Amino acid sequence: MSKKMRKVALFLPFLTFALLAGVFFSQLGKDTQYMPSALIGQPVPDFSLVSLKSNELVSKEALGNEGYLINFWGTWCPACSFEHDYLMKLASDGINIVGIDYKDETQEAIKWLQEKGDPYSVVLLDELGNFGVDMGVTGAPETFVVNAMGVITYRHQGIVNEEVWQTMKGYLK
Amino acid sequence: MIVIRFFSFALLAFFSLSLSAETEKVLNFRTSVDEIRYHDLISELRCPKCQNQNLADSNAQIAIDLRTHVYDMVNDGTSDTEILAYMVARYGQFVLYSPQKKGVNFILWYGPFVILGVGLIGFILVIRRNAKRRKQRAKS
Repeated sequence: MSKKMRKVALFLPFLTFALLAGVFFSQLGKDTQYMPSALIGQPVPDFSLVSLKSNELVSKEALGNEGYLINFWGTWCPACSFEHDYLMKLASDGINIVGIDYKDETQEAIKWLQEKGDPYSVVLLDELGNFGVDMGVTGAPETFVVNAMGVITYRHQGIVNEEVWQTMKGYLK
Repeated sequence: MIVIRFFSFALLAFFSLSLSAETEKVLNFRTSVDEIRYHDLISELRCPKCQNQNLADSNAQIAIDLRTHVYDMVNDGTSDTEILAYMVARYGQFVLYSPQKKGVNFILWYGPFVILGVGLIGFILVIRRNAKRRKQRAKS
């Protein structure tokens, strides 16, 4: 081993340290609760759910071939109540929002929509949460963006607000 | 003082007992193998809502739902691989407490052994060189 190589070898521990410090530092401040959705890039899973308003079975073909949002909510979920006003605003801007009444009582849901207004083009009942599991949902509210091809492009866990919508709307096309 | 402490402890134990009895429902399995499979699966699957808890330990609503799904699939005769694939398709690799040993994960699983091997080779080389030097010094 030449003298020069030995000098380089002496710096190896320091280089390793610098590399690890860099990796760890770049991970600092990240949201540890963030979990990427397994469904990004996949078509919406097949389903057949009862519509709250028409009482008929609705399958995914009926949702049309323009981009839309799928919003999981429930009357039991306080955060959904906060989110509701913003969803009303989106709906008035012409955004097609499909509501999934997730693990909820139908009567409560009807009352909720009467009192707070109805931002959804269609509300589908997922009483047992089976469709929620198919979508990889962990709770409510949770919102998916589906593009014109029927492919899921984005998932947001938690309340949708102005700030979240700015990122979200880019995925709708 | 000790009496009070003992009393409160007994009270606490009593209530936690009744609480856990309430949440656990009786599960019937076709075979004892199915029962073992079920318990293995829910301890191997991670709760997607509450990180650092498995499905068995968590009482989050989603964990309870997923336990029911696993239970139904085990009783329907679905294989372990299929059940794990079902979960991964919906919740991603995140739900596996022992991630698959391919792709980037390969480095995680076997990287330390590779580094250990490199260290070992380096160690042997240094020892050999030192031995050679000692020999040369002894000669001269």
